[in-house]
Amino acid sequence: MLLEYIAIGVMIALATVIAVIAIGLGELFGPKKRSSVKSEPYESGIAPIGPGTRRMPVRFYLIAVLFILFDIEVIFFLPWAVVFRQLGLFGLAEMAIFIVILLIGYIYAWKKGALEWE
Amino acid sequence: MTPDLIAFFVLALIAIAAALGMLLGRNVVYSALFLVLNFGTVAVFYILLDAPFIALTQVSVYAGAIMVLFLFVIMLLGTETLPVSKALPWQRPLAFVLALILAGEAGYLLFFRKVTSGTIPQPVQTFGSPQAVGQALFNQYLLPFEVTSVLLLIAMVGAIVLTIKEKGGQGK
Amino acid sequence: MDLALWIEFIIKGFILIFAVLTGFAYLTLYERRALARIQTRIGPNRAGPQGFFQPVADAVKLIFKEELTPAKADKVLFVLAPIMTVVPAMILAAVIPLGTQFTLPFLNRPVTLYVSDINVGVLYLTAIASIAVYGIVLAGWSSNNKYAMLGGLRSSAQMISYELSLGLCFVIAILLGNSMSLLDIVEAQKSVWFVVIQPVGALIFMVTTLAEVNRAPFDMPEAEQELAAGYHSEYSGMKFALFFMAEYEKMIVISMIAATLFFGGFREFWFLQGTVFSVDHFWWLGPIYLLLKVVVLLFLMIWVRATWPRIRYDRLMAFGWKVLLPLSLALVFITALGILLANQFGAIYIWTIPVLSILAGLIAVLLVNMSLRRKVAHA
Repeated sequence: MLLEYIAIGVMIALATVIAVIAIGLGELFGPKKRSSVKSEPYESGIAPIGPGTRRMPVRFYLIAVLFILFDIEVIFFLPWAVVFRQLGLFGLAEMAIFIVILLIGYIYAWKKGALEWE
Repeated sequence: MTPDLIAFFVLALIAIAAALGMLLGRNVVYSALFLVLNFGTVAVFYILLDAPFIALTQVSVYAGAIMVLFLFVIMLLGTETLPVSKALPWQRPLAFVLALILAGEAGYLLFFRKVTSGTIPQPVQTFGSPQAVGQALFNQYLLPFEVTSVLLLIAMVGAIVLTIKEKGGQGK
Repeated sequence: MDLALWIEFIIKGFILIFAVLTGFAYLTLYERRALARIQTRIGPNRAGPQGFFQPVADAVKLIFKEELTPAKADKVLFVLAPIMTVVPAMILAAVIPLGTQFTLPFLNRPVTLYVSDINVGVLYLTAIASIAVYGIVLAGWSSNNKYAMLGGLRSSAQMISYELSLGLCFVIAILLGNSMSLLDIVEAQKSVWFVVIQPVGALIFMVTTLAEVNRAPFDMPEAEQELAAGYHSEYSGMKFALFFMAEYEKMIVISMIAATLFFGGFREFWFLQGTVFSVDHFWWLGPIYLLLKVVVLLFLMIWVRATWPRIRYDRLMAFGWKVLLPLSLALVFITALGILLANQFGAIYIWTIPVLSILAGLIAVLLVNMSLRRKVAHA
């Protein structure tokens, strides 16, 4: 049981080592001729104006919140799907209630234009 | 020392270090990443406790969804480094008092509370399997599960009300 | 826990990572050659016979490239971001079964053809897939470049939006397979592949995975007219190679997952059941069958890239949230209903699932068509 996770842990370690080696190779063999123009942000050849990181539209925040809520819903679906054959009609009904309540929010979001990008 | 115990102490140290790094870091993005590391170690704790379902849910929801939201918010505000002192005047003393109470509580539990039973019953091997979680969630804890959907609904409406407020006003 | 087990884990993990890495190298060649053929060109054919050593040449070139770090970049995160992108892509394959098992000669030791078969395998896939978003957000943020930042945010918003439909497609496969272990799901497809029972679900799965790996027509972060090169604008040399590697590795692994969940995984084709060509007969046929299916699925991805133009970003998000999410939710309930009917009234009722899901798919297409027409009429 725990062994299966140790196997995954070993794999994570291996993958990290390989990624670090790959970056190390580039650092080791790549030429390094720095200049102030080279280390400017790349904006297709035009001199950059203003800071590189700036405030982002609130839209992304809303998408992230909606994602969390629906992600939790999907997570609830997973154990439900596993035991669905034992639960039968009862299981279908309880999940339907759960979803109907969430769908109210979904329709509200749609009507309010939260899913619109423009 | 058994391997379990060694693993526990190593992980506990990482978890505490990550939590401290998160608290003491001045760069918000680094703090967020330390918190991710903390969530990761907690997930490993769950795996050691034979509860893989909870562990991976922890990774998926906390590290995968909630922390992405945090990163988005950090980038949304564009304040990567905090000014050094912007605390409210009564914040420090209050924090100190609360910390003292917490330490007292922990100390009381550690030193004065009588241990009721010497041995903890070993749970059955499959108690953390998705089947077991599903059975418990959809039979025994049905009401909390359904109430969760109301909670999610409220959160959804709240987020929309907060962000789409200015629709009638300036542009967007 | 003995030493032999550690050695087994390390060898298996290494072989799997190595296989995915080789797959990545040759997928780049495969894609370039296939794209070239579709566009009536020849494609790279100079390095070695039929361009066989092209990936090697590319790798050597990338190693000897100069790496630039923008002056105002966050140095630590700038290096960490490619690592955080590529590691999830490499470890995603850990729970995918490549075959059953065989006995090692001389040592008499049974070896399974998967790194790990956990009873929450599907959840592992969703968890690791959601971790992959970090690398991209951080790459965009640490570069201190407007295009990179916007590209990173866009592509992470896209990934999380399509992750929901992806998760629901996983739920469909779990419902049909009655387990979260990928090995059980493959075994449940012995008689009939899930793509036959739930064709629309398989289709949605493939569409969402295209968005998940930022491939055409959902390759928004790389919309070069708008965003330079998106989140990896500032990356060069090996660090860029890692992002590139992550994208192609994810393509491979996600094709493996699609094959496992809907196309019978390492199992033989249904008409070969019981013959000498069965996996039960020769264990080494498992990886070969899986490879065959993966190559076909990868060709579909390349074909799509050659055929479809990029979707506008607002349309892309609307498609994810307003079409795929409700449709996949409906499919989950259709699947559950079909299973219930089959349990009550006999196995034949399982075929209500494909009928109803195709119907649902058609209704969705109709509704999208109508709303697009209305929009055109208004404009």
